Amino acid sequence: MKEKIFLYPRFERFWHWTQAFLIVLLLLSGFEIHGSLRIWGFEKAYYLHVYCAAGLLILTAFSIFWHLTTGSWRHYWPVKEKIPQICYYYAVGIFRREAHPFEKRPDQKLNPLQRIVYLFLKIFLYPLQFVTGGMLFLYKWWPKLGIKATFSGTVYWHLLGAYAFLLFFILHIYLTTTTRPWYNHIRAMVLGWEEVEVR
Amino acid sequence: MAVTSNWCRCTSCHAGYGWKDRHFDFAPEKIDCLVCHDTTGTYKKFPTDCGYPPLKDKLFAGKKLFKAVNLSYVAQHVGRTSRESCGKCHFYSGGGDGVKRGDLDSTLRAPSRELDVHMDAEGLNFTCATCHTTVAHEIDGRHYDTPAPGARRFALPKDDGHRVRCESCHGRRPHRAEKKLISLKHLKLNDHTDRLACQTCHIPFYGRGLPTNIYWDWSTAGRFKNGKPIVEKGPLGRPIYHTKKGTLKWGKNLVPEYHWYNGTMRYLLAGEPLRLNAKGQVLLIAPAGEPDDPQSRIFPFKPHYGRQPFDPVKRTMVIPKLFGNKGSGAFWTEYDWQKAVTAGMTEAGLPFSGKVAFIETVHYIPLSHMIPPKEKALKCAECHVRQGGRMEKITGIYIPGRDSFLWVDRIGIFICVLTLFLVTVHGLFRMVMSLKRR
Repeated sequence: MKEKIFLYPRFERFWHWTQAFLIVLLLLSGFEIHGSLRIWGFEKAYYLHVYCAAGLLILTAFSIFWHLTTGSWRHYWPVKEKIPQICYYYAVGIFRREAHPFEKRPDQKLNPLQRIVYLFLKIFLYPLQFVTGGMLFLYKWWPKLGIKATFSGTVYWHLLGAYAFLLFFILHIYLTTTTRPWYNHIRAMVLGWEEVEVR
Repeated sequence: MAVTSNWCRCTSCHAGYGWKDRHFDFAPEKIDCLVCHDTTGTYKKFPTDCGYPPLKDKLFAGKKLFKAVNLSYVAQHVGRTSRESCGKCHFYSGGGDGVKRGDLDSTLRAPSRELDVHMDAEGLNFTCATCHTTVAHEIDGRHYDTPAPGARRFALPKDDGHRVRCESCHGRRPHRAEKKLISLKHLKLNDHTDRLACQTCHIPFYGRGLPTNIYWDWSTAGRFKNGKPIVEKGPLGRPIYHTKKGTLKWGKNLVPEYHWYNGTMRYLLAGEPLRLNAKGQVLLIAPAGEPDDPQSRIFPFKPHYGRQPFDPVKRTMVIPKLFGNKGSGAFWTEYDWQKAVTAGMTEAGLPFSGKVAFIETVHYIPLSHMIPPKEKALKCAECHVRQGGRMEKITGIYIPGRDSFLWVDRIGIFICVLTLFLVTVHGLFRMVMSLKRR
């Protein structure tokens, strides 16, 4: 039997999709500035990158506030349970139509693997990109801010972060389809309601 | 090639009255006031009279008439210098209109806004001295006293002071939006001033007025056709062969070469051992500057290539006597390099082995003139591009878009493509399995 549960309130959906849109634009414009792509031309790509980064910074500030005030930060608290079972599920069980070992509930929306990945994203990757990107944007102010770094070294870390985001993006998109029907997760992120098996 | 031993020809510009030999006394009374301060346009020096104007009507090379200068008339009409008066020499450096500089020629007498936004005859109408300020007759410029970049003083045209740098008027963060309070574009442009000279973006091309000489091969000089000297004109209307000068190449609207530059040039002096660049060309005058020197900037240059006589035994450049009477050994009357160099080196008091050969040379001319309006400045992608950009050969800095970390890119792309492949296989396998079940 299936049941509909409400998982994603309006702000979380708005946050998720705006963030997704900005990150896609940041990846495209960033790799154009880096010289890997040609879409808008260097100059427009640069402006787009800065505007999107500013947008993402503001959005992130709001989402931090949201997570702290609503207590939704708890969803990202790492847990040890069921990690081997989930790995087994994606390697084998999924092909045998076995049930996902993790039970999605409004009070635990993210499975243990998601928790680890999203926490890494939030405490490492986002700060890395914001700090290195901000440094590159303000590189003329380094002497005044007391920052001792090299421009190329900063680019190096920013580039590593960009590839990490790209890797996350590929995996994330694919994993959203690993449900039945394949669009179930995506529909939930649009409407807020998700269909889950009642156990 | 030098003034030495060719005085009476060269000193029609290389200034002073009666500089005819190496014993010239640079006394104040030998200074020609009128060549700068004439406002009538009638004061002209005779090309081969050691810096003197013609006092009676005279023919130059049997063709061009130089009228006697009415000195009292000129003296009664002295005034401030003008583009015309400075240009009488400076537009013609290298022996002809626009030959040497690439950013100075006679089109600057009354330039359009497009050619020179500051000198625009119908606009700002600057003279040379608006920027090349003088204090007690000492003219600001690269060759005199201090190098042009010097101290970054601020001195607007209404003030007295040294004003030869762009920053003197425009400041260190010169780009400002006209309407917006903050403009991302202008912020980013201003960020560039720590490593780029203004000229780098604002002089996108040189030789925009008249064609300028880019290659001068002296080794072919001295050929005759049926006993007569040859002057063969090329497509740009300038000689591509000249019996006195050799083989010449010309260019218009050329892309500069970029180098680190701290405002000073390294000169190869007569008698010094040769300094060669990677292409085996002798560096006659080359910019000094390093990427880690905070005073150095990337700067645009016109490279002037040539093939010039040198002493293959002593490995020094030589000074040939070009101009002179028959019997003096001058190349332009006897067409014998051996004799010409012997005569020139004797006059210069320098050792000469007696052997003459030719060697490829280059000297660099920093470009600072003929600034087009700002719309014509370089755009981002002309340097921020992987290959073929204007900064392609600049070393010592990381330029986004041009540079990358090869292994980060390789490994990053490899991992992402591999992941894409694995999830595709995973997805396809899921589809196959679910089809099987049906």
